[in-house]
Amino acid sequence: MPLSLVQRCNPVLALYLALAMGAAWSLPFLRLAPNRLLTGEAIYLRDVLLPHGGQGGAAWLLVLAALLCVAIGLPKNRAFQAGVMVAMACSLAGAWLLAGHFARSVTPADNMYARTTLGSGFWTLCALAWMAALDAIHRLQLSTLQRLLLQGALWLPLLLLLHAGQHLSIAKEYANHRDVLLPALLRHLQIVLLAVVPALGLGLLLAWRMTRVPPWRTAVFTVLNVIQTIPSIAVFGLLMGPLAWLALQWPSLGHAGISGLGMAPAVLALLMYALLPIVRSALAGLEQVSQGTVHAARAMGMSQRQVFLQVELPLAWPVLLIGLRTALVQTIGLAAVSALVGAGGLGQIMFDGLYSAANELVMLSVIPIVLLATLADTFFKVLGALMRTPTK
Amino acid sequence: MISFQRVSKCHEGVAAITDLNLHIQAGELLVLLGPSGCGKSTVLKMVNRMVSHDGGEILFNGKNINGFDVQDLRRRMGYAIQSTGLFPHRTVAQNIATVPSLLDWEPRRVQARVKDMLTLLAMDPKEFSHRLPHQLSGGQQQRVGVARALAADPDVLLMDEPFSALDPVTRAALQLSLKEIHRATGKTILFVTHDIDEALLLATRIALLKQGRLVQVGTPLELLQQPANDFAADFLGRSDGGLKQLSLRPLAPHIKALEGAPALHTISHTATLKETISLMATHRVSVLSVVDDHKAVLGQVQAADLLEN
Amino acid sequence: MPQTRARPLNATRLWAHPLGWSVLALLVLAYGLPHTQPLFAALFPELPRPVYLQEPMAELLWQHLGLVLLSSTAAVTLATSAGLATTRQTGQAFKPLMETLANMGQTIPPVAVLALAVPAVGFGEWPALIALTLFGVLPVLQATLAGLASVPPAVLDSARAMGMSPRQLLMEVQIPLALPLWLAGVRVSVIVNIGTAAIASTVGAKTLGLPILTGLSGFNTAYVIQGAVMVGLLAIATDLAFDRLALVLHGDRQAPADQPIKGRWS
Repeated sequence: MPLSLVQRCNPVLALYLALAMGAAWSLPFLRLAPNRLLTGEAIYLRDVLLPHGGQGGAAWLLVLAALLCVAIGLPKNRAFQAGVMVAMACSLAGAWLLAGHFARSVTPADNMYARTTLGSGFWTLCALAWMAALDAIHRLQLSTLQRLLLQGALWLPLLLLLHAGQHLSIAKEYANHRDVLLPALLRHLQIVLLAVVPALGLGLLLAWRMTRVPPWRTAVFTVLNVIQTIPSIAVFGLLMGPLAWLALQWPSLGHAGISGLGMAPAVLALLMYALLPIVRSALAGLEQVSQGTVHAARAMGMSQRQVFLQVELPLAWPVLLIGLRTALVQTIGLAAVSALVGAGGLGQIMFDGLYSAANELVMLSVIPIVLLATLADTFFKVLGALMRTPTK
Repeated sequence: MISFQRVSKCHEGVAAITDLNLHIQAGELLVLLGPSGCGKSTVLKMVNRMVSHDGGEILFNGKNINGFDVQDLRRRMGYAIQSTGLFPHRTVAQNIATVPSLLDWEPRRVQARVKDMLTLLAMDPKEFSHRLPHQLSGGQQQRVGVARALAADPDVLLMDEPFSALDPVTRAALQLSLKEIHRATGKTILFVTHDIDEALLLATRIALLKQGRLVQVGTPLELLQQPANDFAADFLGRSDGGLKQLSLRPLAPHIKALEGAPALHTISHTATLKETISLMATHRVSVLSVVDDHKAVLGQVQAADLLEN
Repeated sequence: MPQTRARPLNATRLWAHPLGWSVLALLVLAYGLPHTQPLFAALFPELPRPVYLQEPMAELLWQHLGLVLLSSTAAVTLATSAGLATTRQTGQAFKPLMETLANMGQTIPPVAVLALAVPAVGFGEWPALIALTLFGVLPVLQATLAGLASVPPAVLDSARAMGMSPRQLLMEVQIPLALPLWLAGVRVSVIVNIGTAAIASTVGAKTLGLPILTGLSGFNTAYVIQGAVMVGLLAIATDLAFDRLALVLHGDRQAPADQPIKGRWS
């Protein structure tokens, strides 16, 4: 059956191109405001390109559009897909460069209040460029490892040119708040690790028990499922009372930092939430270890503990990693909510930004959270891909 | 009924089927036989357009299959596969009723048909109608699959290695059932397999394929006695081809009158020559008594007689 | 006809079932909160105002429910149509994109989406609604795709070979078989929404999170507990309701065992 036009070309890329053109024309690329309180005047891409980059900038855009059109028509040609990917990576860096260049040119040296913020057009174009790059990487049909590497490499040009945007308001906010952002990041990591590492140990223990003692299975899963159902904010809130009471009864605990507010309810709640994915995957992993192997190990004279540590655990590990990945990513996100009970971390900065209508601050705290989650997710995916490579 | 004329198919640059010329007559059970990758499943799937052919023509009742509406064509053909493809969310009765419902048969006719099909496949309608596929054994599932394929009284039945995944005992039972159904309904059946013994048992004609080309087509006996080339001879059993021939020939013509007292061991008059020789070898005798269905002695057979022409 | 039918939920059985009890508890607490004054006064003697009375709890409950229902309906509709569109010929090309988006939903926390909606839309109900809808789309999209992928290829093959049109294939085979996984995704989406809607109080939406936040900023543990219990009960009741719905919709058919291991997002 002859393929229709839609099937022969790349409709996804065509859609992105159309959306990008619409966004570039009708959405503001930047906003220029004399101070923090005003929204600012909209600056469009054409305003940025023509006076400052001149015909050169417009010419580059035309070349880009042409490349994309060809790539749309040749969805199976790997060279073009690679070209699209490189072009998109450069576009991301280029947009940032353009914005930064424009900001520098319009900001008087002594004015502290004028702000050039990134507009919805900028974010939309960046998002579209990123998605187009992902589509191109997907069409290259590489192994998981290579794909993940390329997805990361996409951001290299942008990272290398990060300093070019120093006159943009987001960079200025970062400079102003650098001394709180880094400690917040570390605090966030601290909360996550304090929750996940014990959860891993406890989860493994529980899973081991559950394979040996069937009644534990239903009991543990019921409890963990109930906890997972209750929204985190409720759990944080519910833990406050008992923990505060504990601190009152045993002042030594209070001195150690355990009280109704702060890290204690956060870490405790996050630990409980992390348990379910870990226990579930640990159990699945242990259960798929063939009984024949276990029998053979026991027949060789290994004790229960040795069998667990030397046979079952290594064989269950790949499946366990999936649950660990889920737990880690989930905890990174939930730790942001725990700022509400005073745990600090990046969530604190986020809520501060929300309350004081400082959009850049919100952005500056959300980006690291998303980055952390993505890095954790990618790290485990890479680990999983490496473990799956057959040993020669 | 179905004609392949110079049919070819290319898949990703490799020729899957080359210059196939084959005519399938109405009412016959043609087995497509060959080693893995020879294209036999592809040929089958070309008939109901699950796979498209690139060159040549395929005619169904004289008309090019591309000229039919594809859904109409498929509803006129039954399709049974190895993994059955039964709908897990529907009962046995609902599964069998699928195509009749698609053809808008009235409910009472559909119900009656479902009952008939289950009976044809030796399954008690009362017991099985309301069961779900996962509650059936492998053999029962395959029977339902065949029943479903036959439900709308199709012109052709297409079967793609339907019994290959079953244990030998169940497989033998289903092969016999199919043979019975073919005899009773006279349907045209196109059957794909790589098992020579299955082919020899079921086929009225066998089409032997190798790497997308038709090597030979003929009755089982023709293929065994006059293989077209070395490959055909090898594939059909070079070393025990003779025994395979014997499995196709019945005992009846070789029964002689009794000479003296009946032999100790008996064989049924409906047995094949292969079964007779096998029994002789088991008991280390060279003469057997032949009995009818009621165990009355009809005559005797001797080893030497069997090898006569 | 499924082998086991869910027994009808008549009045007498309702109260024997945990779903009945949780709904009852929810309503009692919502409407009867002012009457619990003596209880909370006894538990928290140091607080001058131990019971949250700034907004009627019942009203907050309905607003919360309203927000969740609206966003979930929008999210499920969007996500399911997008997922089903990938089965059509023209939609096939968009499948990798959908899968990427669905996977993104597993790494980005809903709080982030909520926070990012504010710079875009401002404070109030709207960013909450948008964020909840956007975030609710992802689990349902993932579940729709997973559900469609869980249909055994042999079943699809034989259905096509029997002469089912693409539409019949979708309605009679793909949708019924994808249902268990899809419903599981909807369930996750709605329960996450309930939690995120509570957090949405931080951006100005009036939901059950308000007593919790008021209590946190005013060091009033009683408020926090009252809000938390309401949110918790709502989530549990919803979860039990989905249990029941699953039983009614697909009876004893379980979702396939190889589901992705789900986590908690808000």
